[in-house]
Amino acid sequence: MNDVKCECGHVNPHGTVLCEACGKVLDETDNRKELLDMRYEGSARRSQTYNKTIIDKIWNFFSSVKVGVWLIIITLIASILGTILPQEMYINLPPDVYYEQEYGWFGKLYYQLGFHDLYGSWWYLLLIAMIGISLVICSLDRVVPLYKALKAQRVTRHEGFLKRQRVFGANSEAEQTDLETVKKHLQAKRYHVREENGDILAEKNRFSRWGPYVNHIGLIIFLFGGMLRFIPGFYVNEDLWVREGETALVPETNEQYYIKNNQFILEHYDKNNKTFEKALNRAGEVVKNYQSNVVLYQREGEKIPGEKPKLKKLEEYKIRVNQPLSFNGYSVFQSSFKTEFKAMTFALTNKSTNQAFGEVKVDLTNPQEKYDLGNGYSVELLNYFPDFEFDDNGEPSTKSRVPNNPAFIFRMNTPDKPKGETSFVAIRQTIEPFGNNTYKLAFKGIETKNVSGFIVRKDSSLWVFIIGGIIFMIGVIQGAYWNHRRIWVQRKNGQVWIAAHTNKNWYGLKRELEAILAGTKLTMPDDQLQRDKEVKEVV
Amino acid sequence: MAALSSNLLFVAFILYLIATLFFGGSIKEKKGLSEKKETNKWGKIAVFLTIVGFVSQLGYFITRWIAAGHAPVSNMFEFTTFFGMALVGAFIVIYFIYRTTLLGLFTMPVAILVIAYASMFPRDITPLIPALQSYWLHIHVTTAAIGEAILAISFAAGLIYLVKAIDQTKSSKRTFWLEAVMFSLVTVLGFVAVSSIFSGMGYHEKFNWVDKHDNEAVVEYTMPAIAGPHEGELLTKDGFKPFVEMPAIVNAKKLNTVIWSLIGGIILYGLIRLIIRKRISAALKPLVKNINLDFVDEISYRSVLIGFPVFTLGALIFAMIWAQMAWSRFWGWDPKEVWALITWLFYAAFMHLRLSKGWHGEKSAWLAVIGFVIIMFNLVAVNLIIAGLHSYAGS
Ligand code: HEM
Repeated sequence: MNDVKCECGHVNPHGTVLCEACGKVLDETDNRKELLDMRYEGSARRSQTYNKTIIDKIWNFFSSVKVGVWLIIITLIASILGTILPQEMYINLPPDVYYEQEYGWFGKLYYQLGFHDLYGSWWYLLLIAMIGISLVICSLDRVVPLYKALKAQRVTRHEGFLKRQRVFGANSEAEQTDLETVKKHLQAKRYHVREENGDILAEKNRFSRWGPYVNHIGLIIFLFGGMLRFIPGFYVNEDLWVREGETALVPETNEQYYIKNNQFILEHYDKNNKTFEKALNRAGEVVKNYQSNVVLYQREGEKIPGEKPKLKKLEEYKIRVNQPLSFNGYSVFQSSFKTEFKAMTFALTNKSTNQAFGEVKVDLTNPQEKYDLGNGYSVELLNYFPDFEFDDNGEPSTKSRVPNNPAFIFRMNTPDKPKGETSFVAIRQTIEPFGNNTYKLAFKGIETKNVSGFIVRKDSSLWVFIIGGIIFMIGVIQGAYWNHRRIWVQRKNGQVWIAAHTNKNWYGLKRELEAILAGTKLTMPDDQLQRDKEVKEVV
Repeated sequence: MAALSSNLLFVAFILYLIATLFFGGSIKEKKGLSEKKETNKWGKIAVFLTIVGFVSQLGYFITRWIAAGHAPVSNMFEFTTFFGMALVGAFIVIYFIYRTTLLGLFTMPVAILVIAYASMFPRDITPLIPALQSYWLHIHVTTAAIGEAILAISFAAGLIYLVKAIDQTKSSKRTFWLEAVMFSLVTVLGFVAVSSIFSGMGYHEKFNWVDKHDNEAVVEYTMPAIAGPHEGELLTKDGFKPFVEMPAIVNAKKLNTVIWSLIGGIILYGLIRLIIRKRISAALKPLVKNINLDFVDEISYRSVLIGFPVFTLGALIFAMIWAQMAWSRFWGWDPKEVWALITWLFYAAFMHLRLSKGWHGEKSAWLAVIGFVIIMFNLVAVNLIIAGLHSYAGS
């Protein structure tokens, strides 16, 4: 397709509406309107020019702001849907049970529509992806022509261009000194003033025009960061439970790092605290602190299978909520805690006399096989079920190795029962499988210990989000807190014409013009848009 | 310190009320309304009172901070009060850009309503749970509130636009919806009035009820129960017997409060209509007759432009930094987070519509109203109904 040559001599790309250099209206269909559409300087945008091939069609679809706004609105509405009921990650039951149980038929429907995991659904991601594509194409479609047009603009402008600016006025009586004063004022207001054949173009803050494009780039980088999450190893997110006194390998660290949990601390606010007294009376116990005192170790030397690793102490740290332990790109966060049974104590007792013959303390993570109580009394641990249940055949078994519900089969050896008596002991029950025993193991007490729950996180994509966020902020501020202003003061037909344009904040532009024209014979130009309105209002 | 703090807040509240009257006076004085003309004497007094009130509220904020040992933005009362203060602050800033007292006449009542609403919540100084013990939280909450307050100014300007632009001589969809906005504002007042009356009476009644897990529980109402709890059994002698019983999944107590607020709102609105004998928006129309439509349109848009970056920084970026520290992930699709995103998307759409579809004037004003509705929804409903991690609902 052909480029268009304007009468001023400038050659414009095909599709240009206003000549890049002088601003003459090239597209005659536009000539009838009263005011010029100054968006993108009437430059030749690909999307407005070509619509033949399938690529053109796709390009035009995504470069349309109308489409972009629709995408944003649809995403907005979809996001609302996801807040009606709690999302999958915030519930603690299987979703197929939870939604129906808590919210009846509505919950069931919500679950069946897949809204329980809305933000992870393929169509939500597709929406976000389409916004991303739209951002890229739409920005490219506009920024290049806009840049070219602003660069090619000449000082002297076509009459039709000036007349049809929103702020425009003509003066018949003007003196040379007036123009000098105006120029001085313009410069004082930090305008960049260019002059050609006695015509003036004053311009400032052109950089603010790039604001939207800069912020869109920031958004694109941010979305790109989200995509990095799908690369394995870029993003580590593991739970880690460490009992007090134990040392555990930090997962996904290549067996490099170990953490020892010295102590877990749970503090509540003091009820007698004067400041919070009333609130505490209303709310009851309020947690003040969750803290794990830990030691971080690094393995030394090669990893040898079957051998205990040699550990080098790196640092001691108090991990608290909001104060994670960080090392080598990893962060360990305090996320929860639980208490576990640690040891149980029993007394070997004669059932009829209630006489005790010594105590047995069973360490629940590491029980002994035999406990000698002296004087011919002893207790053997025949079987141990840390997490006891009856299996499908009705046999005792264990669900896990965590002592949630410990049960034992003991043999009690005593001088008067040399063959021993067998007893099955579980929490709150004792079974004597071989008839009536003379002795029993009476429950004496249980010791507990705390287990700290940590989240181990490594997020190599974090810096991408940070950079994206910073660029976005720079872009919005650039576009929102400054505006691109241009003022033309030109000699036409023996008069001095003044026209002005800004991309936003017309009020500010007009105030500035008043100050610039102050002390001259030049009159303040009209706001032609407002004049139109006033005419209409009168009618 | 805590007592001084409450007194300062009270002083600020009274000053805002008086300032509003003076803003009204400044409009009546005919001149001095459209662009560029000088503010008249009434207007100057109004602005002065507003600033003194603001300083007093700042005093409340600082003294309460000292008393609590943390920034007072950590429960519903504190956060909402801060939002009210930010609204006044944002108005002061915008006033010095555009110098129109009419904006004060529309903004101050909204700020007053917000603060009155805030003080219906328990006002005790609350201790911080571990997740909230982070200065990032305070930075996040304050910046977000300031951003929302600036965006709310665009609502006030939009309201002025609509009051002026909409023809009140015949009823239409537009008059209906504008009046609906006015009614909502009156309903907030209704809520404040009803809550104050019942708490002044010390009203209490208790119910035994059965929750959705079939557990028995006790609930205490502070307003007569129109909507009673599921299988509720009134324990208080001479207590009010509920008209209807709610199913277990509905929070009957909150619903009851909503019903009472609506009743209060309807009564108040009815009284107002009885007195002025026309729509509230129609009654306000003479106040705005001197203002130029393009001028308020510009104020509205400018507020969005100024507020949007602040909101993004506070409600999204600082929020992400805090979430990263507290929960090890900067984004977790918690309802409060999602509603911040929704607000942000909405204003992004607003700016694009304005820029490329030329949605100026009345359309833009309606969008400003909707934006404010979303912000209020996030502040009120998401905190109280859709409870999540950020929720202050317990307090
Ligand atoms: C959530 C996503 C988006 C955000 C936060 C965003 C943000 C912005 C902001 C703040 C502006 C400046 C507005 C103003 O100054 O009034 C802007 C301008 C613009 N945006 Fe977006 N945008 C988003 C998505 C999109 C999409 C999907 C498109 C494509 C259809 C798009 C196209 C544009 C265009 C064409 C402009 C005007 C540029 C100019 O004035 O030269 N934006 N955007």
